[in-house]
This record gives sequence, C-alpha cells and structure tokens, in this order.
Amino acid sequence: MNDFISASLVINIVLGAILGGCSYLIYVERRLAAFIQDRVGPNRTGPAGLFQPIADGIKLFIKEDVIPGHVNLFLFILGPSIAVFTTMLAYAVVPFGPPDQIQFTLMGMNLDFRFIIAPQIDIGMVFIFAVGSLAVYGIILGGWASNNKYSMLGSLRASAQVISYEIPLGMSIVGLGILTGSLNLERLVLHQAEQGFWGWNFWAQPVACLIFFVAALAEANRLPFDLSECEQELVGGFHTEYSSMKFALYFLAEYTHVILVSLLTTLLFFGGWQFPLIAEVDSAYTGSALVKVGVLLSKAFCVIILIMFLRWTLPRFRFDQLMGLAWKVLIPLGTANVVMVMTVKHFELPSWWMFPLSLGLVAVVGVLSVPNSKTRYGALGMAGGRTRIAADGVLPPGLGKRIPM
Amino acid sequence: MAISDKDVTWVEEPEMTFWEALFVPAIIDGLRTTARHVTGYKSVTQQYPEQRPELPMNYRGVHRLNKDDAGRVKCVACMMCATACPAKCIDIVAAPAPKNEEWAGRDKYPATFVIDELKCIYCGMCEEACPVDAIELTHIYDLVGTSRQDLTYDKEKLLDVFEQTKNSGRDPIRTHMGRLGPASEFESLPPLGPATAVPTGDKAARGVSSGVISS
Ligand code: SF4
Ligand code: SF4
Repeated sequence: MNDFISASLVINIVLGAILGGCSYLIYVERRLAAFIQDRVGPNRTGPAGLFQPIADGIKLFIKEDVIPGHVNLFLFILGPSIAVFTTMLAYAVVPFGPPDQIQFTLMGMNLDFRFIIAPQIDIGMVFIFAVGSLAVYGIILGGWASNNKYSMLGSLRASAQVISYEIPLGMSIVGLGILTGSLNLERLVLHQAEQGFWGWNFWAQPVACLIFFVAALAEANRLPFDLSECEQELVGGFHTEYSSMKFALYFLAEYTHVILVSLLTTLLFFGGWQFPLIAEVDSAYTGSALVKVGVLLSKAFCVIILIMFLRWTLPRFRFDQLMGLAWKVLIPLGTANVVMVMTVKHFELPSWWMFPLSLGLVAVVGVLSVPNSKTRYGALGMAGGRTRIAADGVLPPGLGKRIPM
Repeated sequence: MAISDKDVTWVEEPEMTFWEALFVPAIIDGLRTTARHVTGYKSVTQQYPEQRPELPMNYRGVHRLNKDDAGRVKCVACMMCATACPAKCIDIVAAPAPKNEEWAGRDKYPATFVIDELKCIYCGMCEEACPVDAIELTHIYDLVGTSRQDLTYDKEKLLDVFEQTKNSGRDPIRTHMGRLGPASEFESLPPLGPATAVPTGDKAARGVSSGVISS
C-alpha cells in the first residue's frame, strides 16, 4: 500500500512537471524565436506575457473541435492519444535525480521517495526505444484516419523517417552499453558520476553523442527534420485535419518528446546529475539531492535551448537528404564507432584514446564526402552537381564557374 | 512555355572543402549568427496601440469632403471623381444649388454624396480627378465599424472627417488647383528606368508601348 502511494506520488509529480514544463517551453520557444528574428513575441498576457501558455491552454480547450465527416472516427481519436501516451510512457525509466531514497512520513505512512518512476529497470534504454518507436503509430493513424492526401503523405514521410532513424539511434548507445556494461539509465549515470567530470561519456563517445542527438531530433520530428509537417508542401502534415484539443495533444507529444530527448542526452552523455564540486557522488550535505535534481534539469534545459536554436538556424532537409543522412552517414559512422569502442576495449587501451579516435572517425567522414560532393548526391546530397541559371544572368560570387556548352 | 536551351547556362557548383564536408563547423557558425541576434537583441517591432506609426505624408486613408470659406461643401457635383474611380464606389446625386443667400455664387451641389469605404481601394484617383480640390484622402487609417452601414460614408460623415483633420497638420487643405495631390508629390524625382540593372537581351525588360508586339 505504501509502495503504491509513493509510486503514484512520483508519477503525479513527473506528469505535472512535464505538462507544466511543456506549456512553458512553448512560451520560451516563442519568445526565443521572436528574439532571434528581432521581434518581441507574446508580451501582452500578464507580465512579460507569462500567462500566455494558460490563455493558450484555455483557448485550445474551448475551441470548436472539428471532426470532418470523412474520417475514420475511431482511428482519428486514437491517433493523438497514442502519440501522447507513448511519449509519456518512456518517462517511466528516466531518472530525474540521484539514486538516493528519501524516507518521510505523510499522514502516518512511511513513504519512500525515489527520483524515478520505475527504479532499476535493466533494459532501460531498450524500453525507451521500444516505446518511442510506437509513437510513429500515433502519426500514421492520425494521417491515415484523416482521409486526406496531405495528411497521408505527411504520415508516410514520418514513418519512413522514424524507422530509418531508429537504427543510428540504437547504434549510438551500443558503445555506451559496452563501456558501462549496462543499459540501465541509473547505472549509466552512476558510472559517469563516479569518474567525475572527465568521466562523462561525452569525452569517450563524442561521435555517439552527435549521432544520438541528431537521430533523436529526427525521431521527435523537430526542425530541421520536420518533413512530416512541412507547411510549404503538406499544408499541416499529418495533423492538417486536427483542431482544438486533439491538435494540442499532438503538440504536447512533440514537446514531451523534446524534453525526453534533452533529458536522455544529458543522462547518457553529460553526466546526468553530476557536476564538479557541488553535486558529486559522495556529496551528502542537506539538500544535496535537490541540488542534483536542479543540476540535471538545468543541463537538460541547456539542451532544449540548443534544440530551439538549431530550429531557427538550420533550414529543413530535403527528403532524399534526410534519408541519405541516416543511411549513408549516421549508420556507417555509428557502426564504425562501435568497432572503435570494441577495439579500445579489446586491446585494453586507456579510455582517453577514444576521444582522438572519435575525432578521427569524423575526419574520415569529411575526407570521404569531399570527392562525393562533385556528384549530385554527395555524402548528404547537399551540394555538388550542376545548376541551371538564366543565360546573361549575373553569377553571384561563390556560386561556381560557367560550363561552356 | 519551356525555356529554350540558348537562354540557359549551366553552372558548375563549387566543390565542398574538407571543413564544409564535416558540416558541424558550419552548423556552429550558423548557431553563432543566431546567438548574435539574441545577445545583441534589438527589436524592430512597433508596439502598435501605444506607439503610433509615423506615416508618410502621401499616405492615403479615409476620404473627406472639404468646405469652402463660407462653410459650404466645396464639391460642385461634377462627377469627375465618380467617373475616375476604378472601384466605382462613389455615388453622387447632383442638384441645383438653392437660390438663397447661403448658396450665392454656386449653381450645383451634391444632394447626396456617398462613398463605400469598404469597396474603395484607396488609390487616390478621386482626389487627382477633382477640379476644385473638394475630395481628399486623409491620414486616418484605423477605420472600424460593426456593420457595412457604418462604413458607408455619406456627406455628413465626410464633412465631419474634414472637421477632424483640417487642423491636424498632416492633412493640409490644398486650395490651389492644377497641382497634383500629395500622393504624387515626391521629394525628388525617381530615377528614370528600372531600379535594378537589367541584362541586355532580357525581353521582358524592354520598354514596349502597349499594343505593340516586339520581335
Ligand atoms: S480612392 Fe480610388 S477607389 Fe477610393 S473612392 Fe477614390 S478613386 Fe475610388
Ligand atoms: S468631389 Fe470633386 S470631382 Fe467629385 S463631384 Fe465633387 S467636385 Fe466633382
């Protein structure tokens, strides 16, 4: 009984924090986007626009919920529900603080508070990937049930994209698994924390960190990978037909996913709750547990800010570039990274070897892509090839040279 | 129509260098540009209701009907504006001026004068056309109403607009005939020819008078 109460306490705290965090992240994103574009952003509702998320929430609730007559009603409603449900489910194994247990008494009951919903799940990361890939059902069902060509195309793109990026995503943490000997998220963090700042997995696995981050962004359908909802081509993508709260659920799922991605990046590669001097493994001053939670959340917040900055920096990929990035760059690079880790482990080289070796891997990718850039489908299919311009047109500097015909 | 091959030139795109092929340095460079907008933040937004826009002098807003020295409507009901109006939104009913003291020296006046401000495209043709500078466009831009009727301006409303704007300083009353309205008063003459350089041989840019088909 006590276990049940303490578990539901944690679940409520986590869910409340995620929902509140999501709405305020939308506010942060809108303000930040405005600053980046030299605008002001929402600033009318309350001081500095701080009540804007609440107003938006109320608006989304009381708006008319349009369900077009041509949709498959059951799947139409199931779509957004699955999208939110699966991203929320992943939080079960994500620790949001140190592995301490806090005992306290509430109304005569001795409760055990842990900073994770389901402690000591050894398949940790596998569970997250398994549940995370279910999220694509939400998108596919939504797009298919909408009975609309644009929604359908959006969901097709999303499914191709999510399935492709699962592979580099899984590949990027194989190295961590080999180094730590576990996929349990608590163990992964503790392993880094015990070795201090230079033990963060980022130093041993910078390439894996890059791959994980890119692939996770692609999984979350965030710009520059939001091919499934690109307005210029697909109206609204898979959620074209959704309105009111169902649309909000899709939006919520996206932001929940962003929070999850940043938490995971922090936990897997940046030492989780560990921070030199103030939050070490053996720091046991009063309130140290809360400081560790704070450290973890602020690290995650930095990653979220980085994600937002990326959104307003990079243009959207073309679909073949997106697939090229996954299949031609990230997957081979991830495989090479795993081989690199195994080699270092096998010959029992000191672990600092992995940093220069990782940089070497990236350099190899660069060297391989340079000759490729001549053909139209270079490493990323980005540059290269020939372009038509109007005869007599002015050639901007840096575009290239004319080919005599 | 497809573009013919001789109008097209092929350009070889430059090869990527090693640093460009890595992509990550380029992305970091882009992030630095983005961050500069946040650190050196300077908003270009105008906080509208508190901060009113500084409109150019030749702004074309709501119409007004001017009054002459005797306080009578200046319009002589010549129908020039209604004829010039491309949106056909001016409706005038002309009447002979009453034979009394008040209308001495005038023989025609508009019995009704209605402008549909919703149909109007604010082109200023009416003010160009008017031979007695009776109709003018003012700086009033925040035109709101709750019904179509509200925005159908009759003679009284148009004369009201005159009372509101005559002393604002931004809508001077033009008393001399023959000059074009403020909409056409440039500080300096615009440059002749197109503003951007046009490549020789661009057929679209060659000046052709209407009705003449060039080669
Ligand atoms: S501004 Fe143009 S459209 Fe409007 S009433 Fe005058 S002539 Fe007609
Ligand atoms: S406003 Fe001017 S142009 Fe129009 S009817 Fe009156 S006098 Fe003629």
